[in-house]
Amino acid sequence: MGSISSEQQKQLLSKIATNQGHGENSPYFDGWKAYDNNPYHPIRNPKGVIQMGLAENQLCFDLIEDWIRRNPQASICTTEGVKEFKDIAIYQDYHGLPAFRQAVANFMGKVRGGRATFDPNRIVMGGGSTGANELLTFCLADPGDAFLVPSPYYPAFDRDLSWRTGVQLLPVVCESSNDFKITKAALELAYEKAQEAHINVKGLMVTNPSNPLGTILDRETLQTIVSFINEKNIHLISDEIYAATVFSQPKFISVAEIIEEEDVVCNRDLIHIVYSLSKDMGFPGFRVGIVYSYNDAVVNCGRKMSSFGLVSTQTQHLISSMLADDEFIENFIAESANRLATRYKIITRELSKVGIGCLKSNAGLFCWMDLRKLLKEATVEEEMVLWHMIIKDVKLNVSPGSSFHCTEPGWFRVCFANMDNETMEEALERIQSFVRQSEEAPVPAARSKRFKGNLQLSSKSRRMEEAIMSPCIMSPHSPLVSART
Amino acid sequence: MGSTSSEQQKNLLSKIATNHGHGEDSPYFDGWKAYDENPYHPTKNPDGVIQMGLAENQLCFDFIEDWIKRNPQASICTTEGIQEFKDTAIFQDYHGLPAFREAVAKFMGKVRGERVRFDPDRIVMGGGSTGANEMITFCLADPGDAFLIPSPYYPAFDRDLRWRTGVQLLPIICESSNDFKITKAALEMAYEKAQQANINVKGLMIINPSNPLGTILDKETLQTIVSFINQKNIHLICDEIYAATVFSQPKFISIAEIIEGDGSCNPNLIHIVYSLSKDMGFPGFRVGIIYSYNDEVVNCARKMSSFGLVSTQTQHLIASMLSDDEFIGKFIIENSNRLATRYKNIRRELDKVSIGCLKSNAGLFCWMDLRKLLKEPTLQEEMVLWGKIIKEVKLNFSPGSSFHCYEPGWFRVCFANMDDETMEIALKRLQKFVKRSKEKRCGSKEEILQKQSSAKHLIS
Repeated sequence: MGSISSEQQKQLLSKIATNQGHGENSPYFDGWKAYDNNPYHPIRNPKGVIQMGLAENQLCFDLIEDWIRRNPQASICTTEGVKEFKDIAIYQDYHGLPAFRQAVANFMGKVRGGRATFDPNRIVMGGGSTGANELLTFCLADPGDAFLVPSPYYPAFDRDLSWRTGVQLLPVVCESSNDFKITKAALELAYEKAQEAHINVKGLMVTNPSNPLGTILDRETLQTIVSFINEKNIHLISDEIYAATVFSQPKFISVAEIIEEEDVVCNRDLIHIVYSLSKDMGFPGFRVGIVYSYNDAVVNCGRKMSSFGLVSTQTQHLISSMLADDEFIENFIAESANRLATRYKIITRELSKVGIGCLKSNAGLFCWMDLRKLLKEATVEEEMVLWHMIIKDVKLNVSPGSSFHCTEPGWFRVCFANMDNETMEEALERIQSFVRQSEEAPVPAARSKRFKGNLQLSSKSRRMEEAIMSPCIMSPHSPLVSART
Repeated sequence: MGSTSSEQQKNLLSKIATNHGHGEDSPYFDGWKAYDENPYHPTKNPDGVIQMGLAENQLCFDFIEDWIKRNPQASICTTEGIQEFKDTAIFQDYHGLPAFREAVAKFMGKVRGERVRFDPDRIVMGGGSTGANEMITFCLADPGDAFLIPSPYYPAFDRDLRWRTGVQLLPIICESSNDFKITKAALEMAYEKAQQANINVKGLMIINPSNPLGTILDKETLQTIVSFINQKNIHLICDEIYAATVFSQPKFISIAEIIEGDGSCNPNLIHIVYSLSKDMGFPGFRVGIIYSYNDEVVNCARKMSSFGLVSTQTQHLIASMLSDDEFIGKFIIENSNRLATRYKNIRRELDKVSIGCLKSNAGLFCWMDLRKLLKEPTLQEEMVLWGKIIKEVKLNFSPGSSFHCYEPGWFRVCFANMDDETMEIALKRLQKFVKRSKEKRCGSKEEILQKQSSAKHLIS
């Protein structure tokens, strides 16, 4: 049975299959390899790597499980629910179960405190927000077109928005000097650059609340953005998958609210929201992605496209029951926010004890931690060095800012909602020890020689380098999937 | 608040969004519209349209529901299963639950009578077979490249394989004169045409068992195909989603069996698409599978599967169900038996009015021959006949032209998506229609007698 060389494979397979568009050769994934090889366990492996690179919401499963127990009819497999099994199993209408769309629209409104209402007929399904983002891109842009994306941004956008679509991402650079706010000047600059390069900009993608910053867009910024996209006649895609993770003031403002304002002039055909239950509810496995567009043609086309990534009707059925329970949902949203707020307070307090600051934020499942003063030099290389130290010596997997396309080295995203209290404590103690050690023991000469000038890599670094650049041959237990967060 | 004209929309949206690649302007969908507007119900709407255009398998839900009741641990929502809720809800690894992959691999083997085994590590998820087919296309071909595909074929391939990928489909014409078999000559001809048109052929897509024909490929044809693709160094994608719907002899032969013994076949060219939509009757659960013998394709497809993973809630259920050997063994047999009964039934009743079908032994449908009811063997006449069948007979069949069949007059009739009573009514309606059509052509008996007696008057 023949086998073929990798050159032959290149011709045998598509360009998409053989390029790097899947993005998995980014160093972002190395942290997971380290975690995967040596995962922390309080008893079995107390010295293992603690996973803080995964933006998961694990804080409220007690509430959810309690609801599940009290609502057996929500499942098509219980005695109470099995009479619906057949109808659900054969239902493949890409409109989705009407009850599902109703419940999702209802939930989206509640998450926004009732300040916006959503039309169930505009709810379109996608294969998780991963599929939803790609679907919207296919609807709005042609290969070679571009979206502007404020940086720092979620790394997997490079795959989700670009890989199979052929659409480019052009960063709108945001800086720490003004807390990474999106400014009119930055938007205009990015747009100008595209014009000069003869790149056709079709839209602007914002993530609000932001991943990785954890901040929300204020009213002024939202109005600036809406004004900008209307002036340029380009689309606005607002990825609001962290909407319910807002845990303290100020309140979240959705683009859905802005376009209803009297003094706002907006062509609604340009406005689209991406949503999901992966972060707000903690259900990434259920692949509930949503495209909500104010543009009828996009709803129609998106709906046809959703055939490629519909939500399992078994899951639609469960979700439609859960999200239609107003009392449960209201309680859940409030409790989830409280628990996130508590985590955030703890982590920022403990970090500040060792003089580590985070960007002030009020949403998300993470902090944007400022380790710039621990860098020898403000370079990406030094950020990588620090990061590898954190993984190998501190045994924490945090995510380096460069993987989020942050232009200022030294920022790290630290997730805090994917572990229990004890693990969080352990992780914070390790960080505190590390910071204190760094302060007490300035880098030994040998080490600084190794990294000076960034020209010569030690054999150790070279091995790391190879690990980063080598083709990804994954074990069946690869955690790379987690990289989607 | 502005809105945009449709011309402006065309510029505002992508080409993909504004072309007709979604395929829904095809007449294939008109039948559904007629059904949607006037759906049959035995008591509420007995004169409504009976849906025979949907290839669904509804025959074994009693079996399945019984299993569900006996296996509460298969669900993450029951008392027995809830301790797994959290771990399942947060699991987003694109490898899928190991138990899911194991169970699917085992099921695929069982469906093929254990004549071949499948490796769980080659199982990759897709958003239903719809997503799986698109995904494999993205992995194997660039925009502008082409797949060859024997016609008649499943209409939605035009969307699934082409719409967002930019890949073309070139038909390999199969004819009723030899029961629509795929011949070497037809393969070569299609390939030649592509060469002449400077189109780069990257693969051959076959559906086995066939939709819409309901036939399976014999060993000789499979070997011809394998030989052909190896010679041209192009991929072979075998959509085997109807594998467990084979209800009578001869046995199904999977491509997996052909290449096992064949040292001359390059396994890097071989890929199988599978799903639980037809064999189990679970289209709503979106369980699509790519099984590739090419390691690179497995790796790439797995990364791509992020766009259409199976809900872990469903993976969990399926993992449990498909690993129950006893249940699965019984299900496969019972499913076959019930399909065989339906098939026999429909063939017998159609025979009574001299309507034939292509002889078949698989699928959820018959390929019915209504050529003699056409005034002329043209597409237009096929459409006229179809319009009549929907409006007057109130049955939604699917016209052969929607399957890219080159010979007018063939219709696909689904028989596994309704209960026995509805099937009876549908067949009666069809029999009446056929009798009426014959009478119209030859004159009714009364008309003939009248003519004869008038003639007698004239004579006497």
